[in-house]
Amino acid sequence: MLASSAVLATEEGGRALAEVMSPAAGSAADFAWLIPVVPAVSAALLLLFGKRIGRFSAAIAITAIGTSATIATLVFVQLASLEAEQRVLVRTLGTWISTGRFTVDWELLIDPLSSIMLLLVTWVGLLIHVYSLGYMHGDERYSRFFAYLNLFAASMLILVLGSSFLTLFVGWELVGLCSYLLIGFWFTDRANATAAKKAFVVNRIGDVGFMIAMFVVFATFGSLSFAEVLPEASTLAGGTAIAIGLLLFVGATGKSAQIPLFVWLPDAMAGPTPVSALIHAATMVTAGVYLIARASPIYAAAAESAFDVGLLVAWIGVLTALVAALIACSQNDLKKILAYSTVSQLGYMFVAVGLGAQAAGIFHLLTHGFFKALLFLAAGSVMHALADETDIWKMGGLRKVMPFTFWTSVVAWLAIAGIPPFAGYFSKEEILTAALDTPGAGGIWVVGAIVAGITAFYMSRWLFLIFLGDRRYERELDDVHPHESPLSMTLPLVVLAVLSVLGGLINVLPRSFVAFWAPEEGFLHSWLEPSVTEFVGETALLPELLALGLVLLAGALGIALAFRLYLRRTDHAALRGRLGWAYQASLRKFYVDELYEHTVEAPGRLLADGFATFDRRGVDGLVNGVARLTAGLGRSGRRAQTGFVRSYALAVLLGTVLVTVLFMGGLLLGGLG
Amino acid sequence: MAVPVGYYLVLAAALFVVGLVGVLVRRNIIIMFMCIELMLNSVNLTLVAFSRLQGNIEGQVLSFFVMVVAAAEVTVGLALIVNLYRLRASTDADDVDRLRW
Repeated sequence: MLASSAVLATEEGGRALAEVMSPAAGSAADFAWLIPVVPAVSAALLLLFGKRIGRFSAAIAITAIGTSATIATLVFVQLASLEAEQRVLVRTLGTWISTGRFTVDWELLIDPLSSIMLLLVTWVGLLIHVYSLGYMHGDERYSRFFAYLNLFAASMLILVLGSSFLTLFVGWELVGLCSYLLIGFWFTDRANATAAKKAFVVNRIGDVGFMIAMFVVFATFGSLSFAEVLPEASTLAGGTAIAIGLLLFVGATGKSAQIPLFVWLPDAMAGPTPVSALIHAATMVTAGVYLIARASPIYAAAAESAFDVGLLVAWIGVLTALVAALIACSQNDLKKILAYSTVSQLGYMFVAVGLGAQAAGIFHLLTHGFFKALLFLAAGSVMHALADETDIWKMGGLRKVMPFTFWTSVVAWLAIAGIPPFAGYFSKEEILTAALDTPGAGGIWVVGAIVAGITAFYMSRWLFLIFLGDRRYERELDDVHPHESPLSMTLPLVVLAVLSVLGGLINVLPRSFVAFWAPEEGFLHSWLEPSVTEFVGETALLPELLALGLVLLAGALGIALAFRLYLRRTDHAALRGRLGWAYQASLRKFYVDELYEHTVEAPGRLLADGFATFDRRGVDGLVNGVARLTAGLGRSGRRAQTGFVRSYALAVLLGTVLVTVLFMGGLLLGGLG
Repeated sequence: MAVPVGYYLVLAAALFVVGLVGVLVRRNIIIMFMCIELMLNSVNLTLVAFSRLQGNIEGQVLSFFVMVVAAAEVTVGLALIVNLYRLRASTDADDVDRLRW
């Protein structure tokens, strides 16, 4: 019974992308190519003429992303109006590569999964563009910033709409580039430039895995197109499915900051805060989750083989969630806490997609996109008010001063802490239910529930230290006058807060609140069915109500602990002393950076130094040696060039005499012989 | 009746050595130039002498070629010397050492 349930679910799931149609001429999906093209054109325009356009740049950028959002919505409405089995549309624009058997077209895949992602990217993108209007006000590279934001939006939309592994990879690399450009936006500060480089390099490591995965896919299927590969995934040999699954996940760990490649994301907070919200919370970092969800048939095939790659993905996810959450508990930088929180929440998403609950993963991706973007924007609002201060110990008591920021933060806090009925509660609960239902994933549920408690703790700490308690900024910071941010910044906060409250309902509405552990009833589940293959089990480890109660209890305990520690008088120095090495480990991020420094960076540096020395001494030495030899020869040779015509003439004479003597001698000898 | 060819050759060799030594020991460009002419003419003399000895015309023809080339050479050479004198106010070959290391 236990073993068969997983198999059964796979068969029920149907085949992802089995039926592919092309969109009706003149319909919204027919014009879906405009969704990435409009921001791309706008980005090009701003990059070329941004200086001349000046402050008007923001209007152009916002119009562009707004147009994309409108079209994306129309596309979604069109898909919704079609029959479920007709919702996978492919729009071909032209041929990109055609060589022998290998063809890659510029094709857009418009299906339920990509349409949901389109909505998230364009609308959250629009809100963050609007927010940047206020946040970046007065920056000297104002139009450049909007150009990059537009470029990022276009890249992310290419990633989402790509109909093959290769077109997805194009977007994948482009978002990596934009991430690099935007993390290092204030590149005159060396730390920012270094953070940008670190993000780029770590991502490249993952990309290698992705590329090899593509090679394997092509070698197996002779195609990279999703519509040709994914429906055939169930015929994959076990070993091949495992290999592709593992390699794609390596790519995902880079982009989505999972163990072992999560170290870049906290450093990426060097970028402007809207960038952290858009790229490093809501959209780009979720690309790995999207990739795994997209490739779900391959993981479904692997799940039936000797080694369940999905289970590994889920374990890595939940361990990442745990590690990041523990680190977040001791960080003092308000954006770093959110960064680790993002890593942690991404871990949850990987639990879901790894266990085959793709709808739950995408659900959490959406709700997380709302509340985490909101948290980052709120953090940006706070920094805006306190002259870019980031230490939460120097804040406090901002509740009265910044009411909009405070109340929207409260909503986001409740959402991420998993308090019903806020969005995060439903999506997190669905993921944990998936872990509960999967045979062999009981450990994942236990760790996931603990992480839920820790999440509630560190987010409460974040909120309490910034907004409640004493006004520590009055004595810690000189000459700051906190104030509520302008409308362009508070409006996105309010919209995202509404989404963080109501966002959970998209997968809940058609069912009762109590029966939430039957997610197959939810909207998102049936909506995503043509796109993904779910293979989650159906056997609960614990009674669901008990499990739910335990998770809620963990969350409540976390909040209570934070309340005790940060809103009641506490001797923090003594507490830290008592926690000893545990506190140090968390504060020092479990020494992962140091580990990489010693195991990867130091040998790499040694090797590079060796090569550099070889280049200087060996290769350059050879070249320089030849040059020195030539110069030496010349130096001694030029003595012969006296510049006196008569000595030349004498040399000619002597030469002639010599030749004559030799000639005559030869004749004589010849004559004798 | 005829002067033996050996005399011509001795005379020509003497002239050639005079010219050669002149080129080697004198520093005045014009004199060096005239010495070169001397050497050319000694060769001409040899050519003519052998032409006579052999009883054919080719040596004489060749000597005319030598004269024509020598005339051309004189033209170019004198032009160079005149220009050099304008530049340096000197006809000393050792003064022309701009390109020397």
